[in-house]
Amino acid sequence: MRLSRKQLRAWSEKLIELAIRLCGISAIVFVFGIFFFVFREGAPFLAKIDLREFLFSDQWIPTSQTNPRYGVGALIVGSVSVTVLAMAIAVPFGVGAAIFLSEFCGPRAKEGLKITIELLAAIPSVVWGFIGLSVVSPLLIQVFHVPIGVNLFNGALLLALMSVPIIVSIGEDALKAVPDTYREAAVALGATRWQVVYRVLLPAAKNGLLAAVLLGVGRAIGETMAVLMATGHSIRIPHSLFDPIRTLTATIAAELGETSQGSEHYQVLFLIGLLLFLITFIVNLTADLVVKGIRRK
Amino acid sequence: MVTPMAAPKRIEIQDLRLSYGGREVLHGITLDVEANEILAIIGPAQSGKTSLLRCMNRMIDVIPEARVSGTVKVDGVDVRSIRNVCELRRKIGMVAPLPVGLPLSIYDNVAFAPMQAGVTGTAELDVLVERCLRRAALWDEVKDRLRTLGSKLSGGQQQRLTIARALSHQPEILCLDEFSIAIDPITTARIEDVLRELRSEMTVVMVTNLVQQARRLADRTAFLLNGDLIEIGPTEAVFSDRPARRETYDYVQGLFG
Repeated sequence: MRLSRKQLRAWSEKLIELAIRLCGISAIVFVFGIFFFVFREGAPFLAKIDLREFLFSDQWIPTSQTNPRYGVGALIVGSVSVTVLAMAIAVPFGVGAAIFLSEFCGPRAKEGLKITIELLAAIPSVVWGFIGLSVVSPLLIQVFHVPIGVNLFNGALLLALMSVPIIVSIGEDALKAVPDTYREAAVALGATRWQVVYRVLLPAAKNGLLAAVLLGVGRAIGETMAVLMATGHSIRIPHSLFDPIRTLTATIAAELGETSQGSEHYQVLFLIGLLLFLITFIVNLTADLVVKGIRRK
Repeated sequence: MVTPMAAPKRIEIQDLRLSYGGREVLHGITLDVEANEILAIIGPAQSGKTSLLRCMNRMIDVIPEARVSGTVKVDGVDVRSIRNVCELRRKIGMVAPLPVGLPLSIYDNVAFAPMQAGVTGTAELDVLVERCLRRAALWDEVKDRLRTLGSKLSGGQQQRLTIARALSHQPEILCLDEFSIAIDPITTARIEDVLRELRSEMTVVMVTNLVQQARRLADRTAFLLNGDLIEIGPTEAVFSDRPARRETYDYVQGLFG
């Protein structure tokens, strides 16, 4: 029996729907899968440690034979401080560049700038780390007369440079999505270009811009190689911009290869992975709540 | 022959030609807008009515491929030579065919232009916002929810909001581009009353597809067809049995368009 055209179309329609549904579900499955496996590796240790000491102590001596200590307090401070500093640099530049691209620059300059910014996004993080070691570090020593060039500020600078392209491209999309009628209405009311940006575009695009910034945060907090190379990788709570630090991600990258599978050290590194999971989750959740809060208003 | 004392001219347009990327849409328009009159511009779609309005407050500038020649003078000054275009745009209030609420509250929509112009006192703004909303026949409906988003209003209310907004910078000339497209006949009638009142203090230019609206409201009517000004004259003359041009008669009688 041959299928009629109509039946064939109905079948293919169903098939396509199924495929799309699978794609959607797979995203959820993968996230939970990753979470599950990381959790499975780290969980046994969760029962053994004092959670307070784990989170707040700055004693990280995992390789000691007699008295190993597993406090990640300094690592959390390291990760958070480098991310916050990076964002303090990247957000003004990123959002500013996005506004310039979408509102102020001519079409030819725009093409050139976009290509350059995309190029910036394509640089591998290890190359950034290399730049941090060989360019930024001597520069910091020369300009600020600090003893060590690989430090918090160096890492933050690199992270800022790495997240700016993301903030710019997503932010520009968000601004482009604001209907032209808004711009025209504001211009017809006698608003200057800057007033249009400040009073109309930024409020209209704030959700998209927030998403852009948070993607930048995600990029910064998850970055490993560049911070491993450029922050000094030294466990301590920083007291100035030019103190070396160590981050959660860099610790995993540097130490996981040296541990034996199933050891305490191994498990605690997975626990750090879980902690990173939790941090990104909190960042995303806050963003969601903020966006919803804005909408309700 | 003695001509009656001519009213002062607010807008003088001389041989205005406009093209979008080589396609000419206005073929040499010459017309004047007199002070304190309501001038209606009628004509079928695509005849250049909106483009003509845009040339008056230089909103045509935002379209990159538009080329303008000829002169448009507002109060005797060629708009091309105006440095502070924002000032020109504040002088000319513009109401778009479809209401565009800025993504702001009702209050802020109306307070937007005065705030840009430097009015900052809350009390002063409150008075201004109320007066504009009253004039646009919207105050009673929104006075208890001035802080909600303008986009939450119905289409007709939003249109009146844009009228209130256009009045907020105290324009001397008010241009309305098919303002009644999105609103019901009763509201339309109310706004028409408002426009008649406004005539004593400002000049009104209205583009409309509804020829009867022009007949009801306008002192003079201009008929635009395919980028040419067919006829301009007192509304009674344009709508009479013997307008100057045959096309005008056919159009206002509904024989085409």
